[in-house]
Amino acid sequence: MSEGGPDDTLRTIERVARESYGRLVAYLSVHTRDVAAAEDALSEALLTALRVWPRNGLPQNPEAWLMTAARRLIIDLIRHQRVVSKSEPTLLLLKEGSTEMSLTTEFPDERLKLLFVCAHPAIDPAMHTPLMLQTVLGLDAARIGGAFLVAPKPMGQRLVRAKTKIRDGGLQFEIPDESELPGRLEAVLEAIYAAFGIGWDDMAGVDRGGQDLTEEAIWLARVLLRLMPDEPEVRGLLSLMLYCEARRGARRGPDLRYIALSDQDPKRWSVSLIGEAEQHLSAAFKYGRPGRFQLEAAIQSVHAERASSGRTDWAAISAFYQQLIRIAPTIGTRTGYAAAVAEASGPDAGLAVLDTIESEAASSYQPYWAVRAHLLQQLGKPEALDAYDRAIGLAEDPAVREFLLNRRG
Amino acid sequence: MQFVLLKYESPEAFAARHNDKSDAYVGAWRAYYKALVDAGIYVAGDPLQVPETGTIVRFKDGKRHVQDGPYADTKEQLGGFTVLELPSLDEALEWAARSPAASYGAVEVRPLEPELKQRITG
Repeated sequence: MSEGGPDDTLRTIERVARESYGRLVAYLSVHTRDVAAAEDALSEALLTALRVWPRNGLPQNPEAWLMTAARRLIIDLIRHQRVVSKSEPTLLLLKEGSTEMSLTTEFPDERLKLLFVCAHPAIDPAMHTPLMLQTVLGLDAARIGGAFLVAPKPMGQRLVRAKTKIRDGGLQFEIPDESELPGRLEAVLEAIYAAFGIGWDDMAGVDRGGQDLTEEAIWLARVLLRLMPDEPEVRGLLSLMLYCEARRGARRGPDLRYIALSDQDPKRWSVSLIGEAEQHLSAAFKYGRPGRFQLEAAIQSVHAERASSGRTDWAAISAFYQQLIRIAPTIGTRTGYAAAVAEASGPDAGLAVLDTIESEAASSYQPYWAVRAHLLQQLGKPEALDAYDRAIGLAEDPAVREFLLNRRG
Repeated sequence: MQFVLLKYESPEAFAARHNDKSDAYVGAWRAYYKALVDAGIYVAGDPLQVPETGTIVRFKDGKRHVQDGPYADTKEQLGGFTVLELPSLDEALEWAARSPAASYGAVEVRPLEPELKQRITG
């Protein structure tokens, strides 16, 4: 038993819940494939902990305590369901060591398998990120729904359906073999980056309850890096997110006004986060296997150099974008490339790149219209007003809307 | 599928329609309207006059009852509506989030009831 009052105990429960949630869910579901049952059992175990720990003091190994308690609940559940014939092997696996509470022994970290299952090709790609946020980080459906702009109830139902598919659809909790790994890993990285992107947009002042999703995404990437230290794209993703996070505070003026990247004061960027991002990026490049996230991080590293050099090397940024477009010709990449080309070679050249994007893809993509409006305005073209209206009409963030309204004039 | 976006606004937002902030107010709504039209999803819509202009009518106990509005005593009042044609609620929520009212008030998204309408207008 450890020392500490009830407040300390509550804080410990909170900390253990946060740090161990994904580890416990992964460990408890890896054999049963029943993520929902593992989550239910774990929340039950956490409730018991909230009742028992403040009274009896903290167990020596809180994580093992929770695991044992949750495992018992799952065994009870399986017994109760009387599907013994089918579940016998599972039951045996779960029972191992359950009579003797092994409070100090480590149990294997199965989170990597859980991450791969969440981003399994059989699961709707739109659900990859929500599943990860729920099963690995323990976020609830209301919070996830807010971030994804889905009402809590339907988001909860979609999560349940996805978990049912994992349980009943024969999806394996495994680390894909070498032939499958690149594609499967990409889905995992995409899902983590999607969480970051949502948090990044929200931080801008639109309160959808997802502001710190950026931190959750960085946390997930750190977990992934510990589990897969030799995958350069994992480092690339972490580096990319750290570069962006370094600029978080500089995106707003004291009056909460929106500040575009080129107008940001580099003194307000986080030196330590940039330093960490650089380390990961150069470590990633040593593998000689460039990829989408390493290239995106490289673009951010050029932006970060303005802190020391006082200028932005737009030619270098354009070159990285060209490589990026070869791997990932998304509308975002192509819009970014157009903006970089405009800075390096003038607004005409930038517009020419924008014009190569199909109008259907661009029609509801806000950054496309913002860049287009800016370039047309630089050229003194009257169509700039229409483009500004499209950009303003598609904006969600009131600070961005105001910024564009002012520029539109 | 048709959805109506009902916007709820505070007294300050209603005031911003005509005071020194009206350029920004109108500019944001004009841009939003254009984006809806360009996306090919706009069906109909209108702003409503301030809640105080409302009048409530009931026929109860054989008598007419008339009183001054607004109907509900809440801080944010119905300020207008937009009807959109969209494939699903997901898209409707996307567009609701882009509504200027989402950042200074609230936007309620409700699906229309075409079957009931059919029975009524049939």
